[in-house]
Amino acid sequence: MFSELFSSEAWAEALPVIRGQFLLATWETLYVTILSTFFAVLIGLPLGIILVTGDEKGIHPLPKWLMKTLNVIINLLRSIPFLILMILVFPLTRVIIGTTVGTTATIVPLVIAAFPFIARLAETSLREVNPNSIEMAQSLGAGTMQIIAKVMIPESVPLLISNATTAITTILGYTAMSGIIGGGGLGKIAINYGYYRYRYVIMFAAVILLVILVQIFQSVGNKLALLSDKRLKA
Amino acid sequence: MIELDHVCKTFTGSDGQVDALKDVCLSVDDGDIYGIIGMSGAGKSTLVRTINLLEKPTSGTVRVDGVDMLSLSPAQLREKRREITMIFQSFNLLMQRTCLKNVCFPLELAGMKPSQAKKKALELLDTVGLKDKAGAYPAQLSGGQQQRVAIARALATDPKVLLCDEATSALDPGTTHSILELIREINAKLGITVIVITHQMSVVESICRHVAILDQGSVAEAGEVSEVFSNPKSHAARSLVFPEGDVDDLFRDGGPNEHLIRVVFDGSQATSEPLIAHMAVEKGIEASIAYASMREISGKTYGSVLLGIAGTEETVTEAISYLTQKENVTAREVKPYVQ
Repeated sequence: MFSELFSSEAWAEALPVIRGQFLLATWETLYVTILSTFFAVLIGLPLGIILVTGDEKGIHPLPKWLMKTLNVIINLLRSIPFLILMILVFPLTRVIIGTTVGTTATIVPLVIAAFPFIARLAETSLREVNPNSIEMAQSLGAGTMQIIAKVMIPESVPLLISNATTAITTILGYTAMSGIIGGGGLGKIAINYGYYRYRYVIMFAAVILLVILVQIFQSVGNKLALLSDKRLKA
Repeated sequence: MIELDHVCKTFTGSDGQVDALKDVCLSVDDGDIYGIIGMSGAGKSTLVRTINLLEKPTSGTVRVDGVDMLSLSPAQLREKRREITMIFQSFNLLMQRTCLKNVCFPLELAGMKPSQAKKKALELLDTVGLKDKAGAYPAQLSGGQQQRVAIARALATDPKVLLCDEATSALDPGTTHSILELIREINAKLGITVIVITHQMSVVESICRHVAILDQGSVAEAGEVSEVFSNPKSHAARSLVFPEGDVDDLFRDGGPNEHLIRVVFDGSQATSEPLIAHMAVEKGIEASIAYASMREISGKTYGSVLLGIAGTEETVTEAISYLTQKENVTAREVKPYVQ
């Protein structure tokens, strides 16, 4: 498998595919990753907020049964392997997108796999907010929504950004897996053109590109988290 | 006027119930600076939080300006809390906001227009002497400066009451003094009622007019500062006033004819003059120093001395009248504690 990497013949064979397909595949991967992350945050962040504020000791305790149910659902979704989850949500995908194959169709299972993960990440970020700051806001007459919008979220922005980075790189990894069930992107190229046809050079090239994308996301995320943190400006 | 009537607070934890406050009755007049002092764990922080209902009392009533705080709806309570603001031991500034934005925070909560809020916040930062730090983040400021910003923030909603929860405990003595000066100034200028929670005698002695001593969740003693500190009746008060051991031990050592006088220097120019030596020379009264704790701040003496004097009641009366001739010196006999 690895010996091919040093064969000029294999490279010559692979180059047209790399030239012809990689640009579109990279775009598809980014498109799916970013849209899925967006929707997963849209569902996951409010859930994370509810997990913190609705807690027994939170600023707006919710009924215990509700919190328990929420936790069970999140844990359940998080424990199903992504490959199985993709297949399980086919009916839902068909309702929302109209088909179960193709690049856009993979957004549905990706969002469902990612939002519980993002909810947990948001939960841990928001729990880090100094309880004294929340008490201070309460002492000045802040309501629950004001505390969420003006204290909890702004105060945990650096941590939220670095956790969002973790989320986006994880989702990028998931998009590659979705190639197996007909999703587009670099994952599809690696599996369909590379692995199934024994053209390992293409597989490796796609993987390397994925690695580079992860690196870029991670460095940009780290930089943003650092820049947003006003505690470090002393 | 703040009135706490039979306030109890019980916490139920994993290891059973803890009575944090036991039947606390207190009343604080408008414009007063009222100290609540006690050892750590005495329930001071819980007590101050029952005033703005950050801690809901298990039983009892809390009235601020005649309004029963417990009868307010959540929305009314939030409104009312803007009149009873608070500063904290750890300052509790929002670390991701500039100082200006921190002072704007309560105004934002109240729904004030941003331009108006900014103008008011700048004025307040000027009041606390930090106008030039408006654009700085809290992490760039010293502890004393952070507390000043917190004070500006607490004043933003024009409160009637300022609660200070160990506001100077994290600060060095010099900074403590300047923060206390600022609080005193605010009280005098704006007429805001101030409640000071502390474990330090010196804080109470330097700014409070009234004091309550809290011991294991109950008020052990309350009254005027000079009265309580010169004539402490309860055990809790005594152990605060005589941190080096109870006064009763001093009586045991001194014998039956020994009398104790507590002399308090509240900003008097006494250091240049050997007051006690003069008393011995002029009046022939010899005094031994049983305990002394003095500080000099900008040329004035603050603190207290416990003098042991052997002799009759007349000798004691003479000594007290001699000592109190001096400006800002008070003296009082301390009686042994009878159970």
